[in-house]
This record gives sequence, structure tokens and C-alpha cells, in this order.
Amino acid sequence: MTKQVIFLIALLITVGIFTYTISRIIRFFMLTRKGYPVKQLGKRLWITLKVAFGQTKIFRRPVIGLMHALVFWGFCIILFGSIEMVIDGILGTEKSLSILGGFYKAMMAAGDIFALLIAIAIVVFLARRVFLHIKRFEGIEMKRISHIDANVALTLILILMLSLMGMNAAYLKWTELVGHEAHGLYPVSQHLTWLFNGKSAEAVFTHYQVYWWTHILLIFLFANYLPYSKHFHVFMSVPNVFLSRLEPLGKLPNMDNVTREVKLMLDPATAYAAPAADTPLERFGVKDAEDVVWKSYFDALSCTECGRCTSVCPANITGKMLSPRKVMMDLRARMKEKGPMMLKNGRDYSDGKSLVRDYITEEELWACTTCNACAQECPLNIDHPKLIVEMRRYLVMEEGSAPGELKAMFSNIENNGAPWQYSPDDRLNWAKDLEINVL
Amino acid sequence: METRKIEVPVMADLFARGEKPEYLYWVGCAGAFDDRYKKVARAFTKILVHLNVSFAVLGKEETCTGDPARRAGNEMLFQMQALQIIELFKAYDIKKVITTCPHCFNTFKNEYPDLGADFEVINYVDLLSRFIDEGKLKLDTGKFKEIKITYHDPCYLGRANGIYEQPRNIIKKLGGNLVEMERNRSFALCCGAGGAQMFKEAEKGHKEVFIERMEDVLKVNPDIVATACPFCMTMMTDGIKYKNQEEKMRNMDIAELIADTLNL
Repeated sequence: MTKQVIFLIALLITVGIFTYTISRIIRFFMLTRKGYPVKQLGKRLWITLKVAFGQTKIFRRPVIGLMHALVFWGFCIILFGSIEMVIDGILGTEKSLSILGGFYKAMMAAGDIFALLIAIAIVVFLARRVFLHIKRFEGIEMKRISHIDANVALTLILILMLSLMGMNAAYLKWTELVGHEAHGLYPVSQHLTWLFNGKSAEAVFTHYQVYWWTHILLIFLFANYLPYSKHFHVFMSVPNVFLSRLEPLGKLPNMDNVTREVKLMLDPATAYAAPAADTPLERFGVKDAEDVVWKSYFDALSCTECGRCTSVCPANITGKMLSPRKVMMDLRARMKEKGPMMLKNGRDYSDGKSLVRDYITEEELWACTTCNACAQECPLNIDHPKLIVEMRRYLVMEEGSAPGELKAMFSNIENNGAPWQYSPDDRLNWAKDLEINVL
Repeated sequence: METRKIEVPVMADLFARGEKPEYLYWVGCAGAFDDRYKKVARAFTKILVHLNVSFAVLGKEETCTGDPARRAGNEMLFQMQALQIIELFKAYDIKKVITTCPHCFNTFKNEYPDLGADFEVINYVDLLSRFIDEGKLKLDTGKFKEIKITYHDPCYLGRANGIYEQPRNIIKKLGGNLVEMERNRSFALCCGAGGAQMFKEAEKGHKEVFIERMEDVLKVNPDIVATACPFCMTMMTDGIKYKNQEEKMRNMDIAELIADTLNL
């Protein structure tokens, strides 16, 4: 009974803090702009199965990709056991889901094996981060805190897996000592029962309980640490894939507010049908965190700073300032800074800073070739180039700011219908004296 | 060898005569004005004539699709261009458009429909690959037998629109010895000219993107770097010059390879 009460209190605190955090994040989302509507659920489900559960994009780097995939699949399986622990904790039961019979046995066995595989993968990940200098994990955006965050989350996962195996081994030993039949199969932990050799049944049971509590309380802690960490990824990645843009990578979203204005210019007759002048004017493009569409903010929260995007960016590879990962991290950081103030003081709040310039410089924005290598590479279908172009839209259309050569290109298109300074009258010169051999 | 003069059909002339071609060939600004890429427009036109494809060009009525303006953030200018072009296409009742430039192709295909466009867009690589598969275009396989060709994927054909295999199909059918760079298909490195970079100096860095890409090319040491984009062509040509490879290596468009093998 005491165990149940303590558990319920812990659970309520966890859910309470988590709900508070998520409700704040939802309010940040309310500050952002409308994007595309979420339709085509069948196609989205397919992409989620393929990219999220099939881990297809992470396998673009096969070796380290496999390790990540094992961790991901393992989490999905182990989640089953965690749900059972919550049920047991609330009801004061023991291995309540064992009523599921063969399925239960299989899930427990798989979870036990995955616990070991994940632990090995995490040790490799930690070793890579601590001992090897992986270029992908470096960069101007990778501050000390980013590295600490990564290592803390990995260590937490490692302890979670070790406590799970310890729990399973102690449970097996205890059932053996008291002569119960054990629920579930534990192909890895059954080789660890020797850890408890020579101990009394009561002592082993205490060990079992300590591991049980360690594991579940760490999960509760982890759940509330994640939203404040880059590892929020654990919650956001699958939904982010489900919410992916389904259009070809090359397509930029249309600015419908510009279409209205251009149609007005081309056909003044429609001017009378134009909306009243007091319709609130939306800023062109993205200047600050609240100007982004909700999906860009979702992208930013899902990013786990793996740096696959930056490692394939032609601008970054050749030493330019641009790093697609930084763009996502900056958006997240800027919302974290400005969002709470906007919630408190209203949408018009200004701290004299903005995402463009104070976080992301013009030099970074103009270095993008819109080649989409970053978006192609992102295992979560984060779309960096769209956001970069949105910020260019702000610079050009709100401030008239662009590199001089691009301004010249604009006026060439305006004046002679080509990005270069040639006369439209010369457009057929290429076809002069064209001859074909008669075969 | 006997030659025949080609008069490239112009849409306005055909329209005046009450004729309607099946396709509009959208030449693009590079096809019209870039000295190197004009040769690609000529080669592709010869192939169309060789195949008796019913087509016309817009000539002086053609203008920029607005793609570089849009990618440089000038949405206003892009939409001005787009809406005018859509009106022009409607006036000529144009239903099928062939492009050689992947940037024109991408914006026509993916972005113009948002502004009311209703026409089919076909990239020339796709079209030619289809003609080959249908047996309409037969390629002499002898000419490129000993030639090592690598193909540089343009971003706006590849990643942007998933066209990876058609150009490779053509190169293989040419009998060329296709060698792949380490970064190919969806892994391909940009030439550095997309997103309006073509029209400006690069930002400060330690290297130009086209040099990085040319180093990929040099690793496989081909006789020909095949491209399918005017911007990639400029960058690869610059790369060949920068690395002093003009003696050993040529940069050719897919259309030029075909026109060459057919001796058009």
C-alpha cells in the first residue's frame, strides 16, 4: 500500500510538471503562423512507418545508423515493460501484463535483449563523443552546454538500461529462491543472476525493488528533463515525421498575400474587390521566432543536433558561416528567449532583438544554395531551406536588403526578363544558322 | 555530308498560321544567352528535329520564370513573372512544356500550379530517356565505347524532383562507361550555383563549392563530366579550368552527348 501511495505521488508530480511544460510549448506554438493543413493521412502513415519506424534515412550512414535504429526499436519494445511498471505501480500488482501469455514472454525477452544492445550502443555513442573528434559534433553552434546535454542524456539512458537488466536478473533470482515460476523470458539477464549468489530471498527482493524504483523514477525524471533538452527529440521525432511536408523538396511554399498584391498590380480592375485597408498586415517572410510557420518550430524542437545536415551542406563544407543545424538551434533558442515574454506581455512585445541578425546573420542566409542536401539528409525530415528562404524573403521584401549582385539580378529580370543584362530581342540568337546533318 | 537548315519554329508564327505544336520547348535564359549553354539548346533542338517532334519556342516572348528571384527572397518579382507567363501560356493554349533547365523545370512543375498554371512539364532528360526506351531514339553505341563518363546530379533534377536514373539510362544506352562519383544521386554535392548563387560572389570561406565538387570528379578521372543543368555546366567548366584539366576532360550536357553520338 505504501508503495502504491509513493508511486502515485511520484507519478502525479511527473505528469503535473510534464503537463505544465507541454502546455507552455503549445502556447509557444500558438504564437507561430499557420502552415499547411495536415491532410493525406494514409500517405503520412506510410512515411511514418518508413522513415520513423523503418529508420530509412538514418541508414544513409549504415554503421552508426544501425546502432541508432537498434536504440529506437529497443525503446519501442521496452516501452511495453515501462507501461506494465506504471500499471503495477498504481495497482500494487506484480507483472500484471503477464496475462497476455506468449506475447508477454516474447516482449519481455525482446526487451531484455534490446536493453543490452542499447547499452552497448550508448557506450559506443559516449565513447565517440568523449574520445573521438567527430567533425559532425563540432561547429560554432555546438557550445559546451550542447555537449553536456548530449552526454547527460546518453548517461541517463545507459543507467536506465543497466537498471532494467539488474531488475530482470534480481527478479529471476528471487523467483528461483522462493520457488515461483518467473513471468516472462530474460535471455540476457538470466546470465546475470550470479550477481546475487549467496544472498537471502529477502535481500534479493530488496535488490529487485531498488532496481525497479531506480528504473521507473529515472524514466519519470527523463520525461521531464527531455523537453528542456535537445533530446526532446525522443518525443517529437515520430510526430515530426508524420507531419512532414509531402511535396517535392524543390517546391517553395507560395506567399498568398503577395499573390493578392501582384494580381492587383497586373489587373487594377480587381482593386475594388480588394479587402478593406484595415485588414492587419502580416510581415513578409520571417524576421523573428513568431513569424515562422508552426512546422518550422516543430522542426526546431525535434532536432537532436546530430549534424547530418551541416555535414552535407556545400556552404558549410567549404568554410562558409552557414550551418543548417545552427538555423534550427537558433530558432529554438530564440523562441525560448522571446516566447515567455510574448506570453506575458502580448504579441507586440519586443526586446529589440530578432532571429534574423541577432541569431542568424545575413552572411549565413545568403550562403545557402537551396540544394536541399540538408533536408534530404535529415532523419526526421526537417526542412531547413524553406526557413532560410523565408528569412531571405523578410530581408528582401521588408528591408530591401540583399547582396548588390542579387539586386542587379532582380532589376535585370524586371527590365529585360532575364537575370543577365541581355535584350529580349536577342533571345533567338542561339538558333541562328542551325543546321542538321541529313543522315 | 549533306546538311539541312533548321528554322526553329516560333509560337507566335505558328499561332498566326492557325497551327498548334504539341510541345513548347522552353529554352530558358541560359539557353538563350549563355555562350556555352547555347550549344546545348542547339543540340537539343537538333534532337527534336531528328525525332520529328512537333514543337515551337517562344523566342522574344520568353522571359525569366522568376526562379532565381524567388530563391533570393523576391517573391513579388517571382509572382509577377509567373502570372505573366501563365497568361501567355493560356493565350497560346500551351499544354505541354519541355525544359532543359532543371530550375525552370522545378518551378514550372511544382510552384506554378499554386498560381493557377495548368500544363504538363517534362524535363528533357526524362523525355529522351522515354524515347530511348520506346525505341524511337536509337543511339549508335560505338562512339563512346572507350569513353569514361561521370554524371554530376543537378540538385533540382535529383533531390528536388527525384530524377536520378533517366540520365544514367541515357549514358548507359550511349554505350558510355559510366563511373559514379562517391557522392552521387541523393548524396550528390551541389555545384554551388543554385539558390541564386549563380548571380553573386560566394560568401567568405576556405574554398569554392565548384572546386570541392571538381575534386570529386577528379577522383574518378573521367573523360567527360556529363551534366544536365546550365548552372552546373558553368561551374563544372570553371572547375575543369581551375584544375587545368582542359586537355584531359570535357564537360558535356546529356543532349550534346546524344547529338554527338547521332552525328547530328
